[in-house]
Amino acid sequence: MFGDYSLSDLGSIFVMQGFAGLILFSVFVLMALGLAIIFGQMGVINMAHGEFMILGAYVTYLTATFFQNHLPGLFDAYFFVAMVLAFLAAGALGMAVEWLLIRHLYRRPLDTLLATWGLSLILQQAYRSSFGAREVGVDLPGWMIGSLQATETIEIQINGLFIMALTVLITIAVGLMMFRSRWGQQVRAVVQNRVMAGAVGIDTGRVDRLTFGIGCGIAGIAGSAFTMIGSTGPTSGQLYIVNTFLIVVFGGAQSLLGTIASAFTISQTQSTLEFFTSGSMASVITLLGVVGILMLRPQGLFTLKIRR
Amino acid sequence: MSGEKDSRPRAEGPDSSLRRRLLMGMAALPAMAAAPRLAAAAGPATAAVNTTGLAITDSEVTVGILHSVTGTMAISETGSIQAEKLAIEQINAMGGVLGRRIKVIQEDGGSDWPTFAEKAKKLLVNDKCAAVFGCWTSASRKAVLPVFEQYNGMLYYPTFYEGLEQSKNVIYTGQEATQQILAGLNWINKERGSKSFFLIGSDYIWPRTSNKIARKHIEAVLKGRVVGEEYFPLGHTQFNSVINKIKLSKPDVIFADVVGGSNVAFYKQLKAAGVDLSRQALMTISVTEDEIDGIGGENIAGAFACMKYFQSLQNENNTRFVEAFHRMWGPKTVIGDVTQAAYLGPWLWKLTAEKAESFDVDKIAAASAGIEFKGAPEGYVRIHPNHHLWSKTRVGRARTDGQFDVIYETAELMEPDPFPKGYQ
Repeated sequence: MFGDYSLSDLGSIFVMQGFAGLILFSVFVLMALGLAIIFGQMGVINMAHGEFMILGAYVTYLTATFFQNHLPGLFDAYFFVAMVLAFLAAGALGMAVEWLLIRHLYRRPLDTLLATWGLSLILQQAYRSSFGAREVGVDLPGWMIGSLQATETIEIQINGLFIMALTVLITIAVGLMMFRSRWGQQVRAVVQNRVMAGAVGIDTGRVDRLTFGIGCGIAGIAGSAFTMIGSTGPTSGQLYIVNTFLIVVFGGAQSLLGTIASAFTISQTQSTLEFFTSGSMASVITLLGVVGILMLRPQGLFTLKIRR
Repeated sequence: MSGEKDSRPRAEGPDSSLRRRLLMGMAALPAMAAAPRLAAAAGPATAAVNTTGLAITDSEVTVGILHSVTGTMAISETGSIQAEKLAIEQINAMGGVLGRRIKVIQEDGGSDWPTFAEKAKKLLVNDKCAAVFGCWTSASRKAVLPVFEQYNGMLYYPTFYEGLEQSKNVIYTGQEATQQILAGLNWINKERGSKSFFLIGSDYIWPRTSNKIARKHIEAVLKGRVVGEEYFPLGHTQFNSVINKIKLSKPDVIFADVVGGSNVAFYKQLKAAGVDLSRQALMTISVTEDEIDGIGGENIAGAFACMKYFQSLQNENNTRFVEAFHRMWGPKTVIGDVTQAAYLGPWLWKLTAEKAESFDVDKIAAASAGIEFKGAPEGYVRIHPNHHLWSKTRVGRARTDGQFDVIYETAELMEPDPFPKGYQ
């Protein structure tokens, strides 16, 4: 298939294809981080993860509309405000949901699957009723659209760079919170031994609520960022949920490092295969690979060594 | 929605004409002046126009609307519901069909194909609807088809689709694949000398059949080349790899039939990757004004779309239609190709019933061939004996404001050919 192309063509395609893989990697990490916290640390199978992401996207849409109508001069900067608001909105909803619904089900982890699936349906219909069934278009500031011309044939997407930078920032923030902050210490203690953590004076209920809220908040940020590359509609969250679970489970549910490693593996495989085979075939081969590896290694790529 | 079901008339009580007038007043304020004349309008005797026990009284005829109001397809089907309700309201304001006011029972298919079949059965068996306007995806149509054939109902189906189907019980008011594709390909080949094409679509029957037809036409008739053909699962959101592939193969035209949420992702990423649609020609058969709402006009400006209708079409019928649509559903609502096709359904049924002088499904089916509708927003249309519509193919170019400039239309109406020879 390469016969017809010049060496420089091939070189630039190689660069751009590598870049496409990195963008996909960042998108996957961003999708999966929130769920990795909720599913990995708390054991809650949150089927409504995609809907929390779309909440972030709708908040971005509302912020964009507000800035257009009231603060057109600051429109170029609205996206940063929108991401903060998306985090707060999704986080607040997450904490409310944890308080109303999830905390009653910690002893019945499989029931959280049903409960959060129901929640996802409720949220979808709520979006449909308030924003309409049609997808909404989110206007982006001009500087975020388009690509940088690196050489004559190599073009680098600005929104791709933006997502990569955002992913790095959020990953570092989550890493710091988990492993350097008092909250992170408490979360890890609760994960390792809930009863014991309670006995030494950790308010496990509060830790759970905060953890769930932060996980959902990160989903909100992801949703906000994805308005650049995807659609914003009542059911758009469903587009992400399968991949998200795939990454978290494949990486080893309780390991953040595993999530990142698995996002990297899956994104590179997917994007390389998409280039050399076709879109549908790439998905098939990737999924088969994942199934095969999970059969050999059911706990995922990385696991925490804890006593059960 | 359930409100409409509840207001089904049981008997012609003394209050019924008052209530009818109230309903009419609410639904059709401009038609208020005509109301007294309406109530008095009398058509042929019920026994004469209804020999098969449909839900028809001396003053009313019941029809069904069957679309998804909930679930993933609600995005697309909302416009069709709005158009069908507008048409029915306008017909009622003119005096109804054969002197009878149309009453609507609406059911929700819930984006679930078995639900469509179940609701279709309910509309035909319990409600005895004289006609049903509905379905959007081919999957939902395939699910209800056996129901309509078994219980002998009449379905008006609005979406452009892949063809390969024909039924006595269905009138297809959208284009089948050859009507949508061939003229567009001819045009771009002639106008811009395009020889190489890259086909990209979602992975299900409609894009695959459409691309098959496109490929045959490109290779056999236009003597061009297909340099790539790619399919992605429904809901796929990452197109960077295939965009690189497109850049590498440098096609004259990208021919796209990606649908749903993928559509939005595809155009946003195409734009971000620096593919300038004012230089790289892209022809789509899956993007109407409805989809651009979600994609964002600036992301798709410059692309060509092959449709039979655009909201920006300049003719008297369309001006009136767009105005009425905006009055009923708000000035910001956009009208896409399928919405217009859905609007044709009730009108074609009315004209057919008047020609057949009957509501009987068999007589409607038999009288359908040759029915002409001169008031169609897309211009004159006519029903072919194969129950599809003769209609023009048009090419529009997307503007940044989400509308299309119509830059080409076929001189003649295109003949519907659901089983095209040489293209299968």
